[in-house]
Amino acid sequence: MAAFFISGAERMDFQRHDSVGEEAAVDQAAARNLPHLVVIGNGMAGCRAVEELLARDAGRYRVTIFGAEPHVNYNRIMLSPVLAGEKTFDEIVINDRAWYADNCIELVVSDPVEKIDRDARTVTARSGRTVAYDRLLIATGSDPFIIPVPGRDLHGVISFRDMHDVDRMLAAAEAGRKMGGGDAVVIGGGLLGLEAAHGLTLRGMKVTVLHIMPTLMERQLDEAAAWLLKTALEGRGQTILTGADTAEIFGDGKVEGVRLKDGREIPASLVVMAVGIRPSVALARDCGLEVGRGIKVDNHMVTSDPSILAVGECVEHDGMVYGLVAPLWEMCRALADGLVEAPTGYRGSVTSTKLKVAGLDVFSAGDFSGGDGTEDIVLRDASRGIYKRVVLKEDRVVGAVLYGDTADGGWYFDLMRKAEDVADLRDMLIFGQAYASGGGRADPKAAVAALSDDAEICGCNGVSKGKVVAAIEGGACSLDAVRATCKASASCGSCTGLVETLLALTLGDDVETGPKTMCKCTSFTHDDVRREIVAQGMRSIPEAMQKLHWSTPDGCSSCRPALNYYLLCALPGEYEDDQQSRFVNERLHANIQKDGTYSVVPRMWGGLTSPRELRAIADVVEKFNAPMVKVTGGQRLDIFGIRKEDLPAVWADLNAAGMVSGHAYGKALRTVKTCVGSEWCRFGTQDSTGLGVQIEKMTWGSWMPHKFKIAVSGCPRNCAEATIKDFGVVCVDSGYELHIGGNGGIKVRATDFLCKVETDREAMDMCAAFIQLYREEARYLERTAPWVERVGLDHVKSRIVDDEGNRKALTRRFLHSQSFSQDDPWAERAAGADRQLHHPMAEFQPMTAVAAE
Amino acid sequence: MIGDWIDIGWVNEIPVRGSRTVPVVGGEEIAVFRTADGKVFALANRCPHKGGPLSQGIVHGHSVACPLHNWQIALATGEAQGEDKGCTPTIPVKISSGRVLLCRASTLKAAA
Repeated sequence: MAAFFISGAERMDFQRHDSVGEEAAVDQAAARNLPHLVVIGNGMAGCRAVEELLARDAGRYRVTIFGAEPHVNYNRIMLSPVLAGEKTFDEIVINDRAWYADNCIELVVSDPVEKIDRDARTVTARSGRTVAYDRLLIATGSDPFIIPVPGRDLHGVISFRDMHDVDRMLAAAEAGRKMGGGDAVVIGGGLLGLEAAHGLTLRGMKVTVLHIMPTLMERQLDEAAAWLLKTALEGRGQTILTGADTAEIFGDGKVEGVRLKDGREIPASLVVMAVGIRPSVALARDCGLEVGRGIKVDNHMVTSDPSILAVGECVEHDGMVYGLVAPLWEMCRALADGLVEAPTGYRGSVTSTKLKVAGLDVFSAGDFSGGDGTEDIVLRDASRGIYKRVVLKEDRVVGAVLYGDTADGGWYFDLMRKAEDVADLRDMLIFGQAYASGGGRADPKAAVAALSDDAEICGCNGVSKGKVVAAIEGGACSLDAVRATCKASASCGSCTGLVETLLALTLGDDVETGPKTMCKCTSFTHDDVRREIVAQGMRSIPEAMQKLHWSTPDGCSSCRPALNYYLLCALPGEYEDDQQSRFVNERLHANIQKDGTYSVVPRMWGGLTSPRELRAIADVVEKFNAPMVKVTGGQRLDIFGIRKEDLPAVWADLNAAGMVSGHAYGKALRTVKTCVGSEWCRFGTQDSTGLGVQIEKMTWGSWMPHKFKIAVSGCPRNCAEATIKDFGVVCVDSGYELHIGGNGGIKVRATDFLCKVETDREAMDMCAAFIQLYREEARYLERTAPWVERVGLDHVKSRIVDDEGNRKALTRRFLHSQSFSQDDPWAERAAGADRQLHHPMAEFQPMTAVAAE
Repeated sequence: MIGDWIDIGWVNEIPVRGSRTVPVVGGEEIAVFRTADGKVFALANRCPHKGGPLSQGIVHGHSVACPLHNWQIALATGEAQGEDKGCTPTIPVKISSGRVLLCRASTLKAAA
């Protein structure tokens, strides 16, 4: 299919270079004499309207969309997570270039429409491009309101409206970071302002929020919830000044600070104005359309000119102007129904709000101002930071404010929109849906099952329960698949739990699970945590827990080992390993067995051993009465049944014979399995044992996200089983074939072929680079096999095969890290380090206690 | 020998977020834990599930994760948490002038 991307300045190039086929497609659409629908605005409203139209009748209009920004259609309400570093721009794209191409939509970017000529039925863009329309859709959204104070034009004063603003904030945070901090002032303590402040705080800036009203988010929250929110934000290091009236922004050419009317001055290198938005109506007003606060439209989103429609934040419907996303979906449905001449009509929207700040759950909907005839039901749990308030009028829910636990927000909102009589539920209403509708501790699944099909699941993308279920029944069997299919949970993610429940309800056990939070202590995923550790230069587990708002005082047995690893990987030689965050095996450098004794595996380089080593092992077995010795799958010997107290002595004996820890217990390099190779074997093509020993000498001692096994086979007969290892080498006459991502465990996976190299040196370098890439990018406890499947072989190739510079850098980082990790942990313990780990504190005999030395 | 309490050593001999063991002759080994907030707990060194040595688990909050199958045991009560069911005996413990004291009667009961 053809793609039509024209930026104003590039238009001439387009006509010169683009293929005949593409022009032919445009001409084809024109030739079929379809009426031309021109859309002004490539934002959420404009594109959603087109999506709704296409869903009804894809062949009815030829569509052209004008956008002022240089991007494809993206989810504007997700700019906050981009600023906070929780999402990338690519992740918030709603429709990529292929969508425009597939639907024969002509997209003109970076070229805002500046004039509408209603008589000639044309629009003219800044570049001079003039296009005729049959129907025109105005979806210009809104403009940030800039308060008229002196200094508002200074460099460094910005709004928070589009990707360009986010880029400027990120640049300011980066500049601030180099100076060791950086001060930012956010003017406006509403939804947008607080999200901006949160993002800038996460990016390392010292943020002050100025809010003119006495409480935060006064349009969405009542006083009690606002106070809880303010306390929580202050706890995260932000300074919140309420009742703060800005007098001027000062600075010499560039912003230096903000002065309040009471004389206080707050230093700032960045000022974000987030005091509100105004419908963008200039175009409509200039061409004589009827305009109030917004462009006036009827129930079918038609303006005072029957051939011109308008939708989104720029319109005024029935006296209402909306600045939130949810009404968009309803408007666009009504609009599309009208366009295909099956009019339904828009009846106005009831709106709800969620704050997208990780770890802070705030929900509000409807009217909670109190007043005649309304009643409040309030639940407070101060120590858990929970506040719920439901406002009733004549036995119907008319408003709700939830802080701390917003799980029932959707339910209250649903009750409110349907104006359902809740007299029967009243006693239990405040405890949420599970109690109110099931009685007692009802199954949370039942609560979701009880939601009606048109109950809204995803507020960000306007997806109902019915649509989610349809997507799942249509084959979307995982969270990711649902996100990709119907976009539910694809934006802020606050409905992820609901979508997962729907998956479970619809599919039973067939659900494929997707990325989850690291553990119950945090709302971040492994990837988020790791990225922030690196981005913010964190240096310890307590620091990471503090900065990432851990919900438990010192984590749990899932997150502590992961954090310890991420820090160890990020700061080789600098980070001090936290023994108390290691699993017992890695703390005691042996494998715990079911009876509480340990097994000990000394390293045998490349599977080679000697009489001296074998004698030492035999002596240990006899001396410590080890009940069993076994040859392992990794070509070494495992001594079983050693008591914790005896471990140091066992290691001392093994050390004395020149052996070191085999790390058979660790998320670490385990073994390098080899076959005998060209030195002995009549089929051998290269010295596979020699290469195996070299690789093991290079890689031993390195900590990894999970265990890591290597093998080197001397010929394609592959006796060392290299193609089910994390990294496998198969020697051939002309060099070495390198394989990655194999696994012989529960789920057998053969390796992917990475590349072929000519020398053993290159094989070693590639091995080091691959290990380092895995160490830096895989999630803790993720083996190479699932990791490679997740990121794709092409990704790995692009990083280490195709990009020589990056490969060398990875190899260099791995060797640097190895320079700190190749101390034998057994030798230290055998010499007396950490002896308390192996010895009892005291021994108790029936009548007395004897201190152990 | 301090009457009803047995002195087993200094508090700071137990690593923070870690534990030490106290074998009991003819009885069950005791694990003594020290949490991040400075509290000390004593339990039988045996998970109610498969008898794993709790002293070797990761200590977090006022819980320990058994090293064998990751059962989470509450240090104060010995109860398994979450869906798991089971209880490990606890031994009263107190700190006096920096020394850790175990309740003699309970320790003897463990030894019996």
